[in-house]
Amino acid sequence: MIRAALVAIGLLAALPARAEVEIQEITTPGGITAWLVEENSNPFVALELRFRGGTSLDTPETLGAVSLMTHTLEEGAGDMDANAFATRSEELAASFSYNVYDDVLSVSAKFLTENRDEAVTHLRESLVNPRFDQDAVDRVRGQMLSIIQSDAKDPNAQAGRALDQLIFGDHPYANSGDGTLETVTALTREDVLAAHKAAIARDRLYVSAVGDITADELSALLDRLLGDLPETGAPLPGRAELNLPGGTHVTPFATPQSVAVFAQPGIDRDHEDFFAAYLLNHILGGGGFESRLMTEVREKRGLTYGVYAYLANKDNADLWAGSVASANDRIAEAIEVIRDQWARVQTEGVTQAELDDAKTYLTGAYPLRFDGNGPIANIAVGMQMDDLPTDYIATRNDKVMAVTLEDVNRVARDYLDPDKLTFVVVGQPDGLMPDTAAN
Amino acid sequence: MHNRITAILALVAGLGLTSPAWAQSDTAIDAAGEADQVSHFTLDNGMDVVVVEDHRAPVVVQMIWYRAGSADEKPGASGVAHFLEHLLFKGTETLAPGEFSATVARNGGSDNAFTSYDYTAYFQRIAADRLELMMRMEADRMVNLQLSEADIATERDVIIEERNQRVENDPGALFREQRNAAQYLNHRYGVPIIGWRHEMEALGLAEALDYYETHYAPNNAILVVAGDVEPDEVRQLAETYYGVIPANPDLPDRARPQEPPQTSARRLVMSDPRVAQPYVTRSYLAPERDPGAQEEAAALTLLAELLGGGITSVMSQKLQFDEKIAVQSGAWYSGTSRDDATLNLSVVPVDGVSLEEAEAAMDRVIAEFLETGVDEAQLARLKTQLRAARIYARDDVGAIANRYGRALAVGLSIEDVQAWPALLDAVTPDQIMQAARKVFDDRTSVTGWLTQTEVSQ
Repeated sequence: MIRAALVAIGLLAALPARAEVEIQEITTPGGITAWLVEENSNPFVALELRFRGGTSLDTPETLGAVSLMTHTLEEGAGDMDANAFATRSEELAASFSYNVYDDVLSVSAKFLTENRDEAVTHLRESLVNPRFDQDAVDRVRGQMLSIIQSDAKDPNAQAGRALDQLIFGDHPYANSGDGTLETVTALTREDVLAAHKAAIARDRLYVSAVGDITADELSALLDRLLGDLPETGAPLPGRAELNLPGGTHVTPFATPQSVAVFAQPGIDRDHEDFFAAYLLNHILGGGGFESRLMTEVREKRGLTYGVYAYLANKDNADLWAGSVASANDRIAEAIEVIRDQWARVQTEGVTQAELDDAKTYLTGAYPLRFDGNGPIANIAVGMQMDDLPTDYIATRNDKVMAVTLEDVNRVARDYLDPDKLTFVVVGQPDGLMPDTAAN
Repeated sequence: MHNRITAILALVAGLGLTSPAWAQSDTAIDAAGEADQVSHFTLDNGMDVVVVEDHRAPVVVQMIWYRAGSADEKPGASGVAHFLEHLLFKGTETLAPGEFSATVARNGGSDNAFTSYDYTAYFQRIAADRLELMMRMEADRMVNLQLSEADIATERDVIIEERNQRVENDPGALFREQRNAAQYLNHRYGVPIIGWRHEMEALGLAEALDYYETHYAPNNAILVVAGDVEPDEVRQLAETYYGVIPANPDLPDRARPQEPPQTSARRLVMSDPRVAQPYVTRSYLAPERDPGAQEEAAALTLLAELLGGGITSVMSQKLQFDEKIAVQSGAWYSGTSRDDATLNLSVVPVDGVSLEEAEAAMDRVIAEFLETGVDEAQLARLKTQLRAARIYARDDVGAIANRYGRALAVGLSIEDVQAWPALLDAVTPDQIMQAARKVFDDRTSVTGWLTQTEVSQ
């Protein structure tokens, strides 16, 4: 590939869709709110459930519990053990996927119209009546421990961990959602049950459905699927205080290519300057070859395969972050070039031509996101979590177009902060000292 | 915990440089009625065109697939197919370096490319009314590439950093290269797509242009256009932009060096201090899908799913549930290749179980399977899932485009692609067992142990 597929578009990827996407908001008799896009071309439904909270709900003693719980949901439920549950999923040809991140636990489901009721009954068992049999918990625990050990020797994972620990101190964001060898080894079945009560509740639920289903059908389906979940879960964590001291911090690891991640304070999704910052970021380090960082670090100097910056908006922290990887003898130069561009854009701003190009790209690319039931459902549920209205899709490009060069360059001046731009490097970088704030 | 399965097995599997965005199993098969959506024709200069219609969103994907990949490189120039893929984003006689992608972006689209053993493909995803511009530019760089020595030097650094990122920093990827090299005694599938590092470092303008001039021509390409388009419109545009490019009469015969009889089981052990999780792998040489003769590949596809496709598979049941000796296990086979493919198995043992024990357990599972045969209920469920997958697949027009492009690039026909779902559905337990008895031949096998280096305190 000429470029790594960029998965990190983050928040804007969670912003929505093409103008023709017609979202209905429904409220079920049982009081569940959901967004629906009826789309009858293909006889199936994509259903997205989100529970706000995620691994941030772990206590310091039970790190990894929410993750262990999430990945054990499909390992036995009701009168089915893990095998019976999987066998039934296969018979129904339904696809359920359970994932958990810092701020959210997600359930993505696809099921056919022809056996929708049976599929929903099956999914409900995993959410409402999971068994968490000891042998299933132990089996998933073994997989998590294997991943924790692998991450400890993966420079990308190590770099992410080191940066989170530096930035977030004693906030839950400092921890890996998978926990540590010690905490995961010590987790009990009771911890898993507690995590289930804490994380899966109706007071933090968001729902979207796209596909072959009417509003009435969805309404009945959701009350049956989710009506018996507990009303409330555990309190959500508070705002994180950010420690971004600047400098370059090295974690030694014997590998040929150093991995660097970097961050400075970001900007809230609801802030009036958000769209200016979003455009600025695209110009500075968005996915294309045309970004300042890609041009300077890769195209002109061949220092990396990829360098990216992105706005990372978590529920309780906003970062302006990025990443790069270069051979050990070239990473210092790559970092120097990034720092130089960061400072240059802060003081000199960007050009009208760059802004115009960024607007054309971002407004043109927006409708391309809405290209299937699954992607639309994903966007619709993300919109709800960001507290956006159902008509946001129709107005989003106007917000992008309304940003002026003055806005962007003011945001560059006020928000880009080379002194707080903090690098963490994992590798054996030449010319960078371990654990010192070089530069 | 199916998502995590992917996380661990990604260490073992690895799909070369094919697009991760569209990593697609052979089981996501054609929808009933997919033929209605798909039309195809051939231009006078020999260029194949496939159109996949989906009018739900005003979006189009243009893909151009060259029937040329890393396995078509000359000896000593490994990586040149992929290097050239990068260089195609440099200039032409009418486009400045970088202008191709910049133009796509200025039109709100995104573009990328990928290289594999059997093909190199370029694509853009963009609003449907920009298709003509995309065709004009893609046709331009098929024949008008302009490269400078400076382009070459900088981009060579980039692909070496790409190798660092994908391979050198990942002991699992380094090990995979060694296993492939041992699996193929004579065929270029044994050489990494990205290239051996020492040969990449020596790639220059001459190697890149030689590959370009040899392989890039309309009669060696497949155009796939998918999305909100009408076949007539695509035909007219394709004739305008691609149809005027003369065919290359000297296109080389695509006969690669073939494997001799493999008569010796091979074993590899690699140690690396960066290995956190040891595992054992086994691969067997296996036939690929052949035009008009895909039955054995269909049986192997189902065999791999039955053996190691998920939690209810034979390997998972024995190794993870009954004996509890594995954290993870799996089997996979992808028959969409031009020459001999492989059937692969892997076992990631739990702490305290040695690779020797894990390998012995894996061998026992195979031996027992050959004794007891196919569980018919399991096979029936698998076929139900395959039929459902056809319905789900209709939701992703890009994946359909990818499937046709890839199949045609390895030498299959539209008819082969459209026959594949019915062939999978028709596979009998006897055919699966016959394929299994044939493929599990130690003499064609490569067994690999990836281990942690013991660190002395």
